[in-house]
Amino acid sequence: MLNKNFYLILIISLVFAISFWIGFNVNLLPAEASINAPIYDELFKILFIIGLIIFIGMTIAVIYSLFKFRKRNDQIGDGIALEGNLSLEIVWTIIPSIIVLLIGLYSYNIYDRMGGMKELNHNHEMMSSNTEKIWAGISQSSDNEIALNNLSIEVSAMQFAFLFNYPKGNFISGELHVPVDQKVSMKMESKDVIHAFWVPEFRIKQDIIPGQPTILNFTPTKVGKYPIICAELCGPYHGGMRASIIVEEESDYNQWFNKNKKPEVNL
Amino acid sequence: MTISIDPQKTNNESLQPKGWLRYFSFSLDHKVIGIQYLVCGFLFYLIGGTLASAIRIELASPMSDFMPRDVYNQVLTLHGTIMIFLWIVPVVNGAFGNYLIPFYVGARDMAFPRLNAVAFWLIPPSGLMLVASYFVEGAAQAGWTAYPPLSITTPQSGQIIWILSVLLLGGSSIFGGINFIATIIKLRRPGLKLMQLPMYCWAMLGTSLLVVLSTPVLAGTLILLSFDIIANTGFFNPVLGGNVVVYQHLFWFYSHPAVYIMVLPAFGLVSEILPVHARKPLFGYTTMVFSIMGIVVLGLVVWAHHMFTSGTPPWMRLFFTIATAFIAVPTGIKFFNWVATLWGGKISINSAMLFSCGFIINFVFGGITGVALAQVPFDIHVHDTYFVVAHFHYIVYGGTVFIIFSSIYHWFPKVTGKMLNEKLGILHFIITFIGFNLCFAPQHWLGLNGMPRRVAEYDPQFQFVNQISSLGALLMAISTIPFLINVFLSVRNGKNAGDNPWNALTPEWLTSSPPPVENWEGEAPLVEEPYGYGKEISEQK
Amino acid sequence: MTTLDSSKEIQKNNSEVNETHEDFRMFGLITFLIADGMTFAGFFAAYLTYKAVNPLPDGAIYELELPIPTLNTILLLVSSATFHKAGKALLKDKNSDSQKWLFITAFLGIIFLICQLFEYFHLPFGLTDNLFASTFYALTGFHGLHVTLGTLMILIIAWQSRINGGRLTSQNMFPLEAVELYWHFVDGIWVVLFIILYLL
Ligand code: HEA
Ligand code: HEA
Ligand code: CUA
Ligand SMILES: [Cu+2]
Repeated sequence: MLNKNFYLILIISLVFAISFWIGFNVNLLPAEASINAPIYDELFKILFIIGLIIFIGMTIAVIYSLFKFRKRNDQIGDGIALEGNLSLEIVWTIIPSIIVLLIGLYSYNIYDRMGGMKELNHNHEMMSSNTEKIWAGISQSSDNEIALNNLSIEVSAMQFAFLFNYPKGNFISGELHVPVDQKVSMKMESKDVIHAFWVPEFRIKQDIIPGQPTILNFTPTKVGKYPIICAELCGPYHGGMRASIIVEEESDYNQWFNKNKKPEVNL
Repeated sequence: MTISIDPQKTNNESLQPKGWLRYFSFSLDHKVIGIQYLVCGFLFYLIGGTLASAIRIELASPMSDFMPRDVYNQVLTLHGTIMIFLWIVPVVNGAFGNYLIPFYVGARDMAFPRLNAVAFWLIPPSGLMLVASYFVEGAAQAGWTAYPPLSITTPQSGQIIWILSVLLLGGSSIFGGINFIATIIKLRRPGLKLMQLPMYCWAMLGTSLLVVLSTPVLAGTLILLSFDIIANTGFFNPVLGGNVVVYQHLFWFYSHPAVYIMVLPAFGLVSEILPVHARKPLFGYTTMVFSIMGIVVLGLVVWAHHMFTSGTPPWMRLFFTIATAFIAVPTGIKFFNWVATLWGGKISINSAMLFSCGFIINFVFGGITGVALAQVPFDIHVHDTYFVVAHFHYIVYGGTVFIIFSSIYHWFPKVTGKMLNEKLGILHFIITFIGFNLCFAPQHWLGLNGMPRRVAEYDPQFQFVNQISSLGALLMAISTIPFLINVFLSVRNGKNAGDNPWNALTPEWLTSSPPPVENWEGEAPLVEEPYGYGKEISEQK
Repeated sequence: MTTLDSSKEIQKNNSEVNETHEDFRMFGLITFLIADGMTFAGFFAAYLTYKAVNPLPDGAIYELELPIPTLNTILLLVSSATFHKAGKALLKDKNSDSQKWLFITAFLGIIFLICQLFEYFHLPFGLTDNLFASTFYALTGFHGLHVTLGTLMILIIAWQSRINGGRLTSQNMFPLEAVELYWHFVDGIWVVLFIILYLL
């Protein structure tokens, strides 16, 4: 009996060890370039490890049974008439419940840290009138904080392009330029069908829904050029609907901004 | 409470054509209808698979070169629609349900044979209409989800035909569902208690409840959508003040339960197959029943996990995260029970067994990625990417399709009286299993690293991994060849199976193979323990 | 142990066979009505969501008057009662009474439909004017379709309940019971519709 338990424990610890090793050493994700990204990757790692443990464990159990309990040529008759085992079944109801609950709480925590749980205020600074309604989005800070810096960008999506309007500079750009390490607040609107704004390196995605202005906030942390991908089927050229986001040092950004800035037109 | 042996029907039967011709007739025999569903579904599977092959050929290179972009969208829309509404749903519900349920409840036919035949005959015309729309003016191209406003603004005729045929297919599955519920609850043989039914009956009862409760909502939604297209109303058209997110809620209120409509019957089938080939009773019958009902209830309240990025309030996302993830608990119970069923058995390693075990492994993988997707922050990054595509193919193909094959290997002797060739069967399993994993496992990486779904072109950096995936798809296509050869050869020259080649205890094996028109020569047997393996009687053998 | 219990005879008692048969046709109908009810539930959910989140655009007219729908509610409720009478009469083999009550019910249904059409023609908004108008017409129209179907079925069974050669008798109540259940269902939906659309 001791022998049997010993092997069981050995195998379980091996499964855990392998899963943790893979979880920590295999990187399946692209570069991390926003403050969301490391938070996301933390969650990913945990889910990956738990998933691996369950998957490897179940696979071993199935393959082992196939070998160990296969019918040998000389055997006739049936296996043991075991119809159930209450305590076992309680165990495998409770353990997954606990795992699922913990994962749920943990991802709530992650989501909160990403800013997803903050209700967006309806008199957000970027709304053109008080009656306009914010429908959705991710905020990362209170509305006041955003109002303090002038990085508010209006994104409009249409078949099949993104346009970025910098209201403070009174110009429109096809590329999104933002300075590194600063909060950016975007108000996104669609002119025709549903699109989505996705930057894989930032781990953020938000649908851009016609008729429903949406706020999306993020903070880039790494200088570089990243793709902006439309992730919602929007027509034949959906696959080609892309833009770039260029994260640069503040001085570079200011230079670019001033070059494009147009004087205020007084009507 | 008696079994209804309608004297009139026997007369009807003599009017029906005999031989293979009856498979093309408006037959009322549940076994004929079951086979009609199966063969019809399989033909559509070949069409859907051909479309999938076209997708994979297109994606073997980063450019959009194999077909124009709008054609690509039509192809993927048709692929999704055909595979779901014309292959998986009709086969796991209609085909096996019609064939097996009357046996399991000890009846001579379904409760409403005529309704049953109508339900089947709705399928071929609507399927053909759908496929034909491709050749006329271009098929629907808004994805199988048909989100407005895209579905309103794309060419109309294709979209209307799509709506019409999905409505007909939905109607067919509602009629089927009503029939199954009535048969299981009302048509049971006297003396047969609910808790003695084989597990597949419970699975079908749960599935049919989902069908009856959720499919009508899809019908209503599609009617509204068609108004938007034809009559210029504005339900989902933002230009006219409509709200597109309402469509998504209504659509997923059906389409999430639909995924359990696709998988619960498979759970039932695997519960029939494993005990027979492992020679052990099904482990934990009662908890299995409760977990099915748990999945049904939870399945109705998790739909918004498909909409985490479409702007739902935070509390709502949180609720749907927790509810969705909790489905892992009843599902997990079933999987642990199956492994426990294998444990300590005397397992015959044959094609049916291998496909069932392949199912367990694949589904656990797909289920785990599902639980990850249920976490809002996780989903935000991978929503609408190949990660999702990989998740659901692991479940629908690695799960349900594997079980369909497993079931064909298991019940073929009953249906035809001939055995399938085991060597070809095992070859089929090996190629399918390898091809399947080669095709869909790499897609998780693609999704995580920035490849969205529903695109005909992609960044060159993803080319290599896409080619691996296409290679896997090629293997999957090849794997159908040994299967088809096997079926054709065995129908003609297969080894005679006898009435009960597996020594199984469920009622369908207690009659001749193929079964007579009204299932039993005498009265229906009362099987009180469909899983009584290893008990006294077998020791005496 | 497998029990191939042949001692338990399946009784082929014919009258009992008929009874069970009757029984699960009704059961099937109830299941169907639940499904049908879910279609309405979907429409109602859409309407309520629109109401909660989509403000009416400026200048849109969406006004409903109460008198006609109230009259319609009463019509339907009365027709439920008259249908019930028809069933009672048939049970007592008073076929002609039953037929009379059925015609009255159908008549009430027709009046309902006429009233509804009248309302349609006098509303200040059309199908495509705005979201609420569209939802209003979709919901009431879908319900009206049910009433139309129901009325037709009532006329059919009324014809069948004629005294000589009619198929609807106290021995064969199923058609009447089925249509009656359907009719009560349609009434019930109307009451919900009336509350949600007109009163809320
Ligand atoms: C048969 C079909 C089927 C089935 C059964 C499932 C099952 C599940 N699905 Fe899946 N899903 C689809 C088909 C299916 N899905 C399809 C087609 C789509 C895409 C639609 C589209 O957009 O086109 C989709 C998309 C989809 C999404 C949306 C992704 C997105 O678009 O962003 C989500 C998110 O929550 C999700 C979650 C789940 C979960 C949690 C389960 C669970 O039921 C899984 C439960 C099972 C297990 C977990 C494994 C066994 C359990 C154990 C061994 C116990 C231990 C485990 C733990 C403690 C974790 N699915
Ligand atoms: C429900 C079941 C189901 C099944 C079984 C499959 C099976 C397959 N699917 Fe499918 N798929 C979906 C449901 C399914 N799919 C859905 C719902 C979508 C989403 C659509 C959308 O976004 O709207 C999708 C989308 C989808 C995509 C993503 C497209 C995109 O987003 O751009 C891809 C890409 O690889 C793909 C591939 C495959 C492959 C390779 C198979 C293979 O397993 C197929 C294997 C079968 C064969 C290869 C058939 C073999 C036979 C022949 C080739 C014989 C030749 C013909 C004759 C003799 C007539 N599928
Ligand atoms: Cu825009 Cu896809
Ligand atoms: Cu779902």
